[in-house]
Amino acid sequence: MISLAGRDILHAWGKFALTGLGLGLLIGVTLSMAGIYRGMVDDAKALLDNSGADLWVVQKDTQGPYAESSSIRDDVYREILGLPGVAQAANVTYLTMQVRAGDTDVRAMVVGFEPGAPGEPGYLIAGRRITRSHYEAVADVKTGFSVGDRLRIRRHDYTVVGLTRRMVSSGGDPMIFIPLKDAQEAQFLKDNDAIVNERTRTALYPGLNRPGVPGLLEAINASQSNNHNVNAVLVQVAEAHSGEAVAQTIRRWKHLQAYTRAQMHDILVVKLIANSARQIAMFLVILTIVSAAIVAFIIYTMTLGKIREIAVLKLIGTRNRTIASMILQQALGLGVIGFFVGEIAATAWAPLFPKYVLLETGDAVRGFVIAMLVCALASTLAIRAALKIDPATAIGG
Amino acid sequence: MDTGVGIHIEGLSKRYGEGEAAVDALKEVNMSVAPGEVVGLIGPSGSGKTTLLKCLGAVIEPTGGRMTLGGKVIYDNDWKISDLRELRRDRIGFIFQAPYLIPFLDVTDNVALLPMLAGRPNAEARARAVELLQALDVEHRARAQPSELSGGEQQRVSIARALANQPPIILADEPTAPLDSERALTVIRILNQMALRFGTAIIVVTHDEKIIPTFRRIYHIRDGRTYEEAGEGRAA
Repeated sequence: MISLAGRDILHAWGKFALTGLGLGLLIGVTLSMAGIYRGMVDDAKALLDNSGADLWVVQKDTQGPYAESSSIRDDVYREILGLPGVAQAANVTYLTMQVRAGDTDVRAMVVGFEPGAPGEPGYLIAGRRITRSHYEAVADVKTGFSVGDRLRIRRHDYTVVGLTRRMVSSGGDPMIFIPLKDAQEAQFLKDNDAIVNERTRTALYPGLNRPGVPGLLEAINASQSNNHNVNAVLVQVAEAHSGEAVAQTIRRWKHLQAYTRAQMHDILVVKLIANSARQIAMFLVILTIVSAAIVAFIIYTMTLGKIREIAVLKLIGTRNRTIASMILQQALGLGVIGFFVGEIAATAWAPLFPKYVLLETGDAVRGFVIAMLVCALASTLAIRAALKIDPATAIGG
Repeated sequence: MDTGVGIHIEGLSKRYGEGEAAVDALKEVNMSVAPGEVVGLIGPSGSGKTTLLKCLGAVIEPTGGRMTLGGKVIYDNDWKISDLRELRRDRIGFIFQAPYLIPFLDVTDNVALLPMLAGRPNAEARARAVELLQALDVEHRARAQPSELSGGEQQRVSIARALANQPPIILADEPTAPLDSERALTVIRILNQMALRFGTAIIVVTHDEKIIPTFRRIYHIRDGRTYEEAGEGRAA
């Protein structure tokens, strides 16, 4: 038996191709939305993997340092280092800001780290690691900076000495790594005007500027201009020790919050991007409904355009299931064309998105199955209409 | 090929609606067409031609009477055949006012479709189609699409399609309506040839004054009743 659907598609291939192209662009948008969600999850995973930490120690009762702000003293890490099961511990700061380079500025997460400790970028794709104590930076290639570029963070200029890749915040902003001391200053120190104002206010407060207590005001001013806070301590757990057990110890004895990798993953993936994920899920549902409506409308219109032919086919003895199969195959054919156009389109425009779009094979397979189901479902309307056609309409005027 | 009676109907009636609104479209219609014979069915609009054709084509159910097709009773106050779709496919050929060829199948496959639907292998069905296209002198257009054919060629292909499953009867609904005189007479000549060659009984519903003299027997239908008369039987 010849394929009626195949012949019809070949006969009107132009119409089919254009319709498939339109549907494909819609499917491409759907796949891209799924890719944006996957990209967000992957960014969060990259953040965890690139930190090189097993535990995140942050301010008590916070979900820092990525989901909430956290501030702890920078000497806490020494106490943590003394706990059993801790192999390494290092201070780290995170600050999302606009980093200026020449006439442009880039939104980036500035990371303060200690060389050779957790928090340092895992690998470089160009240049070298930071070797000086101040004013050198390693930037993610997505910032657009090159080795040798000068960039400004708060009051100081930094030279980009190395480039890295896939070092992004949970929001997809590329990272710029600078020495911890510089990062602390950038994050916690005030500008000159604010410092002058603060000193004036302190001097005017009688309790802090008591006559007969020499050096008190200077000591207070000095303490206000130094900052010894960091956002988190990254901990590497020694071999043969349980991360959860070490985290329990830190929580119990240091009055700090400690998160294991699984808990931090939960915070980043489940909590931090929960609303974005729901937003994208809503888009996916709407796009699926719109795609179904379009396929249903197209197939229904195409079927109505063949009423006389279908009546003749029924009159000469074609089974209902042959006619239903013809319409179903056409709908599925449209879905196949649409899916491949969509897949190609999504792959082509993914690099153009400002944030990472991760197109997974699993999503493509699921997308294909859903596209086929949607097309099959959409064809039922047309099949219903075709089966209702009376073969008698082929006879007479 | 069927060697029995082509078609024989006795007291066939069809009523639309019920009660006071009921309309008797066919009233005790009698008709008989022998194998190899081509008869005309003539009547004004609303006389019951199309209703009779639909009853003969097993598309609508008569209200009463008896129909015998190829020696087999298919209706006797009730359908005696369980699968009317199969009956139409295997035992009745249709030719329409417009050819209504399937636009996405080429000429050969338009003809071969019926044997294929009946379960014959594609090669056998296509061989049968080519044989019929040769008989109807359109084999040179075998690979053409219907849209590439002239009106006369399309009608020949639709005749070939009607003959594809070697039915004992062909119902032709105004097959010459869209054709000029010469082509109309050609179509009638072909129908006569095919009827004789394949032993098919052919009923031609027509208004066409040009072809009426070609029939040897004519059934007039008026107000749902048929009246038989001898035709001129002039050569087409």
